[in-house]
Amino acid sequence: MAAPRASLHLVAPKWNLGTSGIRGLSSAVTPEGNQRKGRMLLQFLTDRFYDVEAIRQYLFQKQVSKVHKENRSSTGIKKQYGPYIAGAYFVLKQGGAVKFQGEEWIRSKHGYSPLQLLSFQAVPIEAVDASDCAINYEGLDNLLALKELQSLLLQRCPHVDDWCLSRLHQLANSLQELSLAGCPRISERGLACLHHLQNLRRLDISDLPAVSNPGLTQILVEEMLPRCEVLGAEWAQGLKSGPEQQSQDTASPIPA
Amino acid sequence: MFRGALWLLAGRGCVGRGLSTRSGGSTPDWTEKVSEIKKKIQSALPGGAWDPLYDTSHLPPEHSDVVIVGGGVLGLSVAYWLKRLEKPRGAIRVLVVDRDHTYSRASTGLSVGGIRQQFSLPENIQLSLFSVDFLRNINEYLAVVDDPPLDVQFNPSGYLLLASEKGAAIMENNVKVQRPDMAALPSVITMVSQEQESATDRSPSLTRDIRQEGAKVCLMSPEQLQNKFPWINTDGVALASYGFSTSSSRMQTSGGKEMTLKRIHEVHVKMDHSLEYQPVECALVINAAGAWSGQVAELAGIGKGPPGTLEGTKLPVEPRKRYVYFWHCPEGPGLETPFMADTSGAYFRREGLGHNYLGGCSPTEEEEPDPGNLEVDHDFFQDKVWPHLAHRVPAFQSLKVRSAWAGYYDYNTFDQNGVVGPHPLVVNMYFATGFSGHGLQQAPAVGRAVAEMVLKGQFQTIDLSSLLFSRFYLGEKVEERNII
Repeated sequence: MAAPRASLHLVAPKWNLGTSGIRGLSSAVTPEGNQRKGRMLLQFLTDRFYDVEAIRQYLFQKQVSKVHKENRSSTGIKKQYGPYIAGAYFVLKQGGAVKFQGEEWIRSKHGYSPLQLLSFQAVPIEAVDASDCAINYEGLDNLLALKELQSLLLQRCPHVDDWCLSRLHQLANSLQELSLAGCPRISERGLACLHHLQNLRRLDISDLPAVSNPGLTQILVEEMLPRCEVLGAEWAQGLKSGPEQQSQDTASPIPA
Repeated sequence: MFRGALWLLAGRGCVGRGLSTRSGGSTPDWTEKVSEIKKKIQSALPGGAWDPLYDTSHLPPEHSDVVIVGGGVLGLSVAYWLKRLEKPRGAIRVLVVDRDHTYSRASTGLSVGGIRQQFSLPENIQLSLFSVDFLRNINEYLAVVDDPPLDVQFNPSGYLLLASEKGAAIMENNVKVQRPDMAALPSVITMVSQEQESATDRSPSLTRDIRQEGAKVCLMSPEQLQNKFPWINTDGVALASYGFSTSSSRMQTSGGKEMTLKRIHEVHVKMDHSLEYQPVECALVINAAGAWSGQVAELAGIGKGPPGTLEGTKLPVEPRKRYVYFWHCPEGPGLETPFMADTSGAYFRREGLGHNYLGGCSPTEEEEPDPGNLEVDHDFFQDKVWPHLAHRVPAFQSLKVRSAWAGYYDYNTFDQNGVVGPHPLVVNMYFATGFSGHGLQQAPAVGRAVAEMVLKGQFQTIDLSSLLFSRFYLGEKVEERNII
């Protein structure tokens, strides 16, 4: 059904391959082969020795708690400077970009300190680019407080999943553009929650590996959000080609 | 050669972990003999079984600290939390016993799988809330390194409960219990009230009063319901609740009569399709046998005594058969369909991308089907389920039933809520059963509660003292008004 999922490796996890996208794609055969041999060796050792298994489990738990730490909500900053500054600080800390109303995009690799953002204290944020950030369900709290957010880009975020999408209804009043391209954990069940976003005008759902039938999903999402332009798969994607495999039963009725 | 060296080490050290017989072109019976000899040697070496004469590796162990009767979702949840909360690591030996490894009749696999927080009892709401959290973070709890991440295939479309005029007051009261602080979710309220401006407000109230528990629920009037889901026929609906998910050792009676307390010393586990059985000596027994918990309790002697006394109080859990139907309707509601429960008790949800739906209806007391088998009654769908569905969703007037199945509810005939905690007389039997159709959605939280009771002696995170066994004797019903 769903696309085959990557394993929870400690050696170069596949979720993060998106961030080093160019490097990953152009990796030569030999380094890839060595990596696979290393992984097989680790797996072999883990199956046989309790110590190796315990160490790997511990390191994995540390990875998970690292993501949690990055997504802590900064209630102190929110109370003192307001939700916009707190949201901007959160996004910039994760490596994304923020656009205040009437300003240019602000992007900083090493994070902005809140003092530098103080000049924008009462200015609402109108666009957030959180592509490739390790934002998850709890971290979304910071973004949901931005009530005038018009554009949200969550491309290739490794931890954004269906549950996160079910929270986006809080931005239904203002959100006009949403991009979920390349998120490995979003499936068609999460896309079903987007029907609350009635003001949405542009939705990008291309390249979602966990969606089982991209063409059919595109049609159903278009039916669900009639005023929105849905970018993504072609409707013919997922249909089996060839005269011997007629697949008319997979296509849903044409929207009126 | 590296593999060869490790294999030699592994053959002596780690018994039974990833071993494989080396067969290099020899005749089959020779390799069988070799494997038998290897098994005998392993059982004689330290770390092997204590019985060198015959192989008992297929039987359960002779001693275990906790025996969990029932391997469904509740039993496994208790086992998981016992191992997770134990201190130090490896302190408790847990044995889970189930009579059917294929789970062909287990309620866990046959359940429709809805999760909601719209209950009236605060304990139920808390249980569902934690269970939703557990499912959302399931990779933190249950992930194994080197395996693909778990995908629960959860559908976060929400749960929609409809209420007629009669039920509307109850539903409103329930929502007061479910959502304590409206300031916590201002955006949901504004969404609802924006639509309200254009609608004439006939419903009892959308005044948000104090809501205590913290579940994400919003009340909708029929007009808002019609706006949001145009495919519903809101005839007869007064209010809708839309929830996003997305949760003794010595005892004397009042007359001064002494009670005898009993302990379970051994559980006799009989192997499938054979006469062999293994008496497992155990300290605790946890009854998580689902629909058959009543029978398991009788084995322990619960309920054998004069009626009206504590010894004579049986565990009032019995199997009730429920049908689930799977149909296809090409004109049916779209991708945004929540899990919908109608005023008449019929419910349905969407499944997958292809306009398929699952649903059913709980029969009334008079029409209860015979729980002796799991045969499906298709006339029940024609007479009792379809009319209500077609009335509520006009698109369902033309549908085609593809398949159907039946499963058991572990129905608590007393008050339809779960039983958790120890038995007052049989001191080492704990219950985790009787959830009457919402066991699956509350299993992680109940497992944790029972594990806390076992390990620490009291409920720590969620207080389920109102769900103890003693309420059956005392006659205190803990009623849940939102049973599907």
